[in-house]
Amino acid sequence: MKLLFEESVRGHHCDVLPVCDVPLYALPEKRALPLRLPELSENEISRHYTALAQQTHGVNDGFYPLGSCTMKYNPKINEEAAAQRGFTALHPLQPEASLQGALQVLHLAGRYLCEITGMAAMTFQPAAGAHGEFTGLLLIKAYHRARQDGKRTKIIVPDAAHGTNPASAAMAGFTVVNIPSGADGCVDIAALQAVVGEDTAGLMLTNPNTVGLFDKNILTITRIVHEAGGLCYYDGANLNAVMGIVRPGDMGFDVVHLNLHKSFSTPHGGGGPGSGPVGCKAALTPFLPGRQVVETDGRYAWKGSAQSLGRVKMFYGNFLVVVKALAYLLTLGREGIPEAAANAVLNANYMKQQLADVYPMAFSATCMHEFVMSLAPLKKDTGVTALDIAKAMLDYGMHPPTMYFPLIVHEALMVEPTETESKAELDRAIAVYREIYAKALADPAALRAMPLHTPVRRPDEVGAARQPVLRYAGGRL
Amino acid sequence: MGSYVANTTAEQQSMLSAAGFSRMEDLFADIPEAVKLKNGLALPDGKSELEVGRLLEAMAAKNTVYRTILRGAGAYHHYIPTIVKSVTGKEEFMTAYTPYQAEISQGLLQAIFEFQTMICELTGMDVANASVYDGATAAAEAAAMCRSRKKKNVVCVSATVHPQILEVIRTYCFGSGSEVVLIPEQNGVTDAAALQQRLTAEASCFIVQQPNYYGNLEPAAALGQITHAAGAKYVMSINPIAAALLPTPAECGADVAVGDGQPLGLPLGMGGPYLGFMTATKAMMRQLPGRLVGETKDIDGRRAYVLTLQAREQHIRREKASSNICSNQEWCALTAAVYLAAMGPNGLQETARQCTAKAHYLQQALAGVGLEKKYSGEFFHEFVTHSELPAADVQQALAEKGILGGLPLSRQDILWCVTEMNTKAELDETARLVGEVGRR
Repeated sequence: MKLLFEESVRGHHCDVLPVCDVPLYALPEKRALPLRLPELSENEISRHYTALAQQTHGVNDGFYPLGSCTMKYNPKINEEAAAQRGFTALHPLQPEASLQGALQVLHLAGRYLCEITGMAAMTFQPAAGAHGEFTGLLLIKAYHRARQDGKRTKIIVPDAAHGTNPASAAMAGFTVVNIPSGADGCVDIAALQAVVGEDTAGLMLTNPNTVGLFDKNILTITRIVHEAGGLCYYDGANLNAVMGIVRPGDMGFDVVHLNLHKSFSTPHGGGGPGSGPVGCKAALTPFLPGRQVVETDGRYAWKGSAQSLGRVKMFYGNFLVVVKALAYLLTLGREGIPEAAANAVLNANYMKQQLADVYPMAFSATCMHEFVMSLAPLKKDTGVTALDIAKAMLDYGMHPPTMYFPLIVHEALMVEPTETESKAELDRAIAVYREIYAKALADPAALRAMPLHTPVRRPDEVGAARQPVLRYAGGRL
Repeated sequence: MGSYVANTTAEQQSMLSAAGFSRMEDLFADIPEAVKLKNGLALPDGKSELEVGRLLEAMAAKNTVYRTILRGAGAYHHYIPTIVKSVTGKEEFMTAYTPYQAEISQGLLQAIFEFQTMICELTGMDVANASVYDGATAAAEAAAMCRSRKKKNVVCVSATVHPQILEVIRTYCFGSGSEVVLIPEQNGVTDAAALQQRLTAEASCFIVQQPNYYGNLEPAAALGQITHAAGAKYVMSINPIAAALLPTPAECGADVAVGDGQPLGLPLGMGGPYLGFMTATKAMMRQLPGRLVGETKDIDGRRAYVLTLQAREQHIRREKASSNICSNQEWCALTAAVYLAAMGPNGLQETARQCTAKAHYLQQALAGVGLEKKYSGEFFHEFVTHSELPAADVQQALAEKGILGGLPLSRQDILWCVTEMNTKAELDETARLVGEVGRR
């Protein structure tokens, strides 16, 4: 595929603007560097991106069981709701009275999500999950600081956690204390007890955890942290398994972030925009960033707090993404939310059971919305790795599972089918997974050569990192 | 109830049996009864698509959509060519995840690579990342990039930076424990003498916005020289439309240039999603946070694109990563790339020229009805007026005619913004209406 820059022909263009109807004004200083953007007609642009879209696999193109990413179907009503001019044409600094519908969106979405998580308040400022983690940790920092409890400088993170957890804790100025997981992938209670103390600011945890299991000891875990004077942070990446079944607030968590682009069906856009709202219990509410929407007799208004930790983003976060999530929340409602969770768990357990005689499962217990397979034995016997298995799947029009995560399982493949996949699609995937495994045993070399039928085959990633080419430099020395 | 679960109850039952369960509840047997929700969620029942559509239409209808917008302050009303929505609406782009599997993501990866290149061309900088959340977080991340192990890492920020960007920088610095020092303004631009004085050896960087919050043009190259002379890194936060005309950050000596890409094809959208772009000199490439797409070859020697330099990132380096960013604003970056392709170099520069021309036209017209320009220097497409007329009265009079006037900064100061969207007739009407307020 040629780049836009390679397709550019001087003089090609789209006619977009009318002639200027006022006198021109010349600014005193001009850029010396020529502005070398591509020059293309509208048809050329359209064809270019159509071709690029054909080389991009989205949820609409096929099975996408990317573990821990919850790649469920993105309903189209969400898109239509958010595309209304009554939302897209709003300037964020319009007077409050002219934004009543927009404030209602934030207020209503906040109420739904507070009920689902068992929290007292919710901010929509964070733009994504990691941004939510950072915000939640700053909340914890602000809370301890307001209590003059400055010695609490450590955040405990299990070694099975998402990489964003320790990275967020470090950005928030905490020292990260990693604790090992037990043999069952759950929190090692003794290890936790050994590290909590007067310097504990909090614990970050996902539950279900990153190996796809619900940690039965959750009430003990949150109690240990609270007794030490710390707070408990819930990473909502895996909420899809338990929404409407059990609430983070009831498990003892004080702060939670959600990923609207995972659990609440907003599209991931090839990497974003997401939305990572943060909820908290009443004791932490005064420290929330930005302002909260309050409702009095059907009128909506902004309300600030003198103790707010500030602002983590311009304006109110990824607002249009919140509109999409609200459409989803309204659609599912009281019964639809737990129904989605239960079917996500059912689909994962069905697939796991149908594969368990071939693929070694890292953990045998009932999984939640995802399960982890270990290809370590296969690698030992044949040299075929988790990567090879994943790459082979590409030839079958499927997105592979998440590879090499969690780090505590060797040669891990983490499968999250989601509730929106039908039994027929799961059965097709199961057949493909089994076929690939059989091929790995019969002809490892052939498997390691896959994929064969994708737009490009395995790329040289080492070369890309060794001599980075991060922009088109044609014509420029 | 609305639902996106495909399987019928019968299918669910057969899957349950196959997996060794008898009832759906059995799937959650590992959750202690003590924490389970007893009576379900206290939420309304689910709704049909038709009902949900109506509810959200009603909410949208409660908002005021102004026919004329003369307000910017970080959110800019520009024309969005129709091809932009057509391309970005493609479900392949819309519904894909981060392109971890390069072989089936070449289209998306190439689109990001093209975006990175366009942003480099616009800024003159060596490298650009695949995006961060918005212009404010980009500025905060830029400050983090400039941290050095050798000093105290004081972050110096001009007082003419957008107040919300400053707030975000402060919040990030609350996290990292860095001190923020504000460099005062004089006549609506950074006070260069004060900068020279306050940039101590402890300063890791100085951040300026071009054009600044008041729309004024900063002496960017001179500020860069002062910053470098003090041994600090120079960070510019720029408006990408203005960048089509103004000296590039590279020409001004910036080490890092960032900004909000919203003006490049993204709707006002009540403030988001927008697009943070980040660029740097080659020397600072490895400090850039977020995704980077690089060119390479596949095993058959074909050109291919991959996510690269991942050793900087959180999923590899965890607490030692340069940033925690994972999801970014990729679809917004795609939007900006299509916008830039549709506008082309001439269209983008024409947009910038029309913004400048029309803003200066309105400024003159307002001066004619008693709203004096507050600062004497040059501006791009935003400017501040000062007058005895209460800003609230001006806003009210314009709102009654469907015009969103400039942003009141105080009782007497208003920050106006004019773009290619505003016609001469609208600008004349605005001045006339403001004049009438004065005569009341």
